[in-house]
Amino acid sequence: MSELQSQDYVRISATTMTPPMARSHEDQVAKLIDVSRCIGCKACQSACMEWNDLRPEIGHFEGSYENPADLGPSVWTLMKFAEHENEQGNLEWLIRKDGCMHCEDPGCLKACPAPGAIVQYANGIVDFISDKCIGCGYCVKGCPFNIPRISKQDHKSYKCTLCSDRVSVGLEPACVKACPTGAIMFGAKTDMQQQAQLRIVELKTRGFENAGLYDPQEVGGTHVMYVLHHADKPSLYSGLPDKPRISATVDLWKGFIKPLGLAGIALAALAGFFHWISAGPNEVTEEDEAEGERVLREGEEKLS
Amino acid sequence: MALTRREFIKITGLGLAASGLGVLGFGASGEAQAAAVRPFKLTHATETRNTCTYCSVACGILIYSMGDRAKNARSNIIHIEGDPDHPVNRGTLCPKGSALLDVVHAPTRLKAPRYRAAGGTEFKEVSWDFALDRIARLMKDDRDKNFIAKNPAGTTVNRWTTTGMLAASASSSETAYLTWKVARSLGMVVFDNQARV
Repeated sequence: MSELQSQDYVRISATTMTPPMARSHEDQVAKLIDVSRCIGCKACQSACMEWNDLRPEIGHFEGSYENPADLGPSVWTLMKFAEHENEQGNLEWLIRKDGCMHCEDPGCLKACPAPGAIVQYANGIVDFISDKCIGCGYCVKGCPFNIPRISKQDHKSYKCTLCSDRVSVGLEPACVKACPTGAIMFGAKTDMQQQAQLRIVELKTRGFENAGLYDPQEVGGTHVMYVLHHADKPSLYSGLPDKPRISATVDLWKGFIKPLGLAGIALAALAGFFHWISAGPNEVTEEDEAEGERVLREGEEKLS
Repeated sequence: MALTRREFIKITGLGLAASGLGVLGFGASGEAQAAAVRPFKLTHATETRNTCTYCSVACGILIYSMGDRAKNARSNIIHIEGDPDHPVNRGTLCPKGSALLDVVHAPTRLKAPRYRAAGGTEFKEVSWDFALDRIARLMKDDRDKNFIAKNPAGTTVNRWTTTGMLAASASSSETAYLTWKVARSLGMVVFDNQARV
């Protein structure tokens, strides 16, 4: 995989420029999280914090295995533990590694008003370019998965980078490498889809009739996919959206009001320009001048 | 600076026009960003193979330190991850192994032997020479006193049963072989390894 640079961007936030299109032959990458093989050990969490030099503050026990309690500016991936009682009355412990899904159609990037603060590389990774971030929080509203978190220290937004620095030199993300049960895998998106199908067939033979791949087409597919034993009910897994959608407000604002507003500004400017060359500037006539003088004089007389 | 009303309006109008152009995509605001991904931090780091310090699974790890071991460069461990060529773990690690870097740099990490004299209340740091001499002295005294050369039947047994050894599990086969030889050649029979932590 080539080094990621400006020619590898396929989408850039808040800009009307067309990103470079020449490099169109790059493989799309994906991370496949097989929830049915996860034992909830949190090696991925440790490896993520170690590689990315993140050390969140040590918190307090919140009554759950989730630790830390939530994603944060320094917590880019988090194991979520859900206890589910199935139809047979048996307990199923559904453990899901939460983090950025790297959507093909990223809501954060759509909502972002800061030019170049959110980019999508040709390999599919959605990355935050922090020095361009203005900390407005629109990406948080734009994300269908509730992933980005704004730092209280520097007022910038952070999330998983899919280890874009490792992927750019041909390595797998840190969480993928660490996973001792092989529940997290990484590779070309097509390979990961195939891998998932093999696993789904196996799960079905073991009685999980609804096993399936979570690669939601509502956001154009994702570059982080899940194999779920209950793919018919993703929300069982600590609120994974059944049908993730970019908020209607973002679509209305970015898809309709903003272009309309920009067109309005452009039209007003053009109208002004043509008025200026056709009708000319608004000159002060001699009568106006005389009338002004008269009003001034009257005022002065009144005062005195 | 004195501004007439007209000049003030002109200046603010210009400002508005300039930012309007920016919004419409003219100017530098939409320029493709030259800054790309975070630079890969291990490009020239020194890679050292080792074994995880934790449990008896003994996963292979790669320790990355900054500096290329040149005379004037002081190595410092900056990253640890699994060794993909190691048959035990093939690159994977558990959460503790994944966080080994913080063990290396922990302020509470024991870096030198410590000694609490008999009847004393506090540990104090001592040199390795002191510690090894003292261990050797105590072992020799105890062995001299309790070594059993022959059992009641007169058979040579060469046993030393009053001192035991607890060896590390995270050793290579060669280290384990040597540890075994040392312990057994002293006649030591109480000999175990750290199979769990």
